[in-house]
Amino acid sequence: MPPRVGVVLFPGSNCELDAMEAVRDLGGAAEVLWHGDTSLGGVDAVIVPGGFAHGDYLRPGAIARFSPVMDAVRVFAADGGPVVGICNGFQVLTEAGLLPGALQKNVGLKFLCATTTLRVETTSTPLTSEASVGDELRVPINHFEGNYTCDADTLAMLRSEDRVVVRYLDNPNGSVDDIAGVCSAGRNVVGLMPHPERACHPLLGSTDGVVLLRSLLASAAASVR
Amino acid sequence: MLFSVLVETRLRPGIADPQGATIERSLPHLGFEGISGMRVGKAFRFSLEAADEATAQAHADEVTQRFLINPVIEDADVSISVVEPA
Repeated sequence: MPPRVGVVLFPGSNCELDAMEAVRDLGGAAEVLWHGDTSLGGVDAVIVPGGFAHGDYLRPGAIARFSPVMDAVRVFAADGGPVVGICNGFQVLTEAGLLPGALQKNVGLKFLCATTTLRVETTSTPLTSEASVGDELRVPINHFEGNYTCDADTLAMLRSEDRVVVRYLDNPNGSVDDIAGVCSAGRNVVGLMPHPERACHPLLGSTDGVVLLRSLLASAAASVR
Repeated sequence: MLFSVLVETRLRPGIADPQGATIERSLPHLGFEGISGMRVGKAFRFSLEAADEATAQAHADEVTQRFLINPVIEDADVSISVVEPA
């Protein structure tokens, strides 16, 4: 049985099919988790995908975090299940309190759609377990509010606990400490602004996202419950 | 009783404000001098039915803290006034 990855679908999500396609290309099983559902249906990992959940009204993720499915995601995460939030999914996870900090408007106030180079900073997360520290990965970003911010105490904690997962080599959006992705204290919840699912095929211009999603599938396989 | 509520939000001190910075940078080009410390926030205005002023304040504070702001990066002032007395 291939590991089962559930991809949360909110009204306004728009990267769920890309994420499911990428998971299937790598041999995983992928299914939609509807935002109104209260159960995750026994999946082995969860992706909260990109898009504009609930139109990003109020703030990105501010409404999505109250969706019934997020209670189930919270329980799954508390139980150690691997959860990855990509782009809008990262914003949802910070609003939900599953990840520290917040995503602010980009410095320069431009919507950024470009390929960035990321440096892998830790391999002890479900998204980077198959990579190596120092790996440089070309992965695209596509956001207006990707400027990661947190207070000085939180930043010091993230650094001392090795919870910065990936950094930008050339910071595009003003994020503190060049942070592109972070993980939870339990390390099983990861959020990042770049889109690994859009860097999974030569036709897309990069295959550097493969190692990240392969890591997630390995974690999912290990967490089969 | 019917109350009128005004919630004004702003970014917490130390949180970078790209909108405020961009506006401030553009001011000299438009001939506005002597303006500094530009910060952009939001205002929410709504009506609230409650038994008394203390209850109204508590409800307005709760919706503000739980939903209208992200306390990681934002602060808010909540003010209420009576529209229709009991």
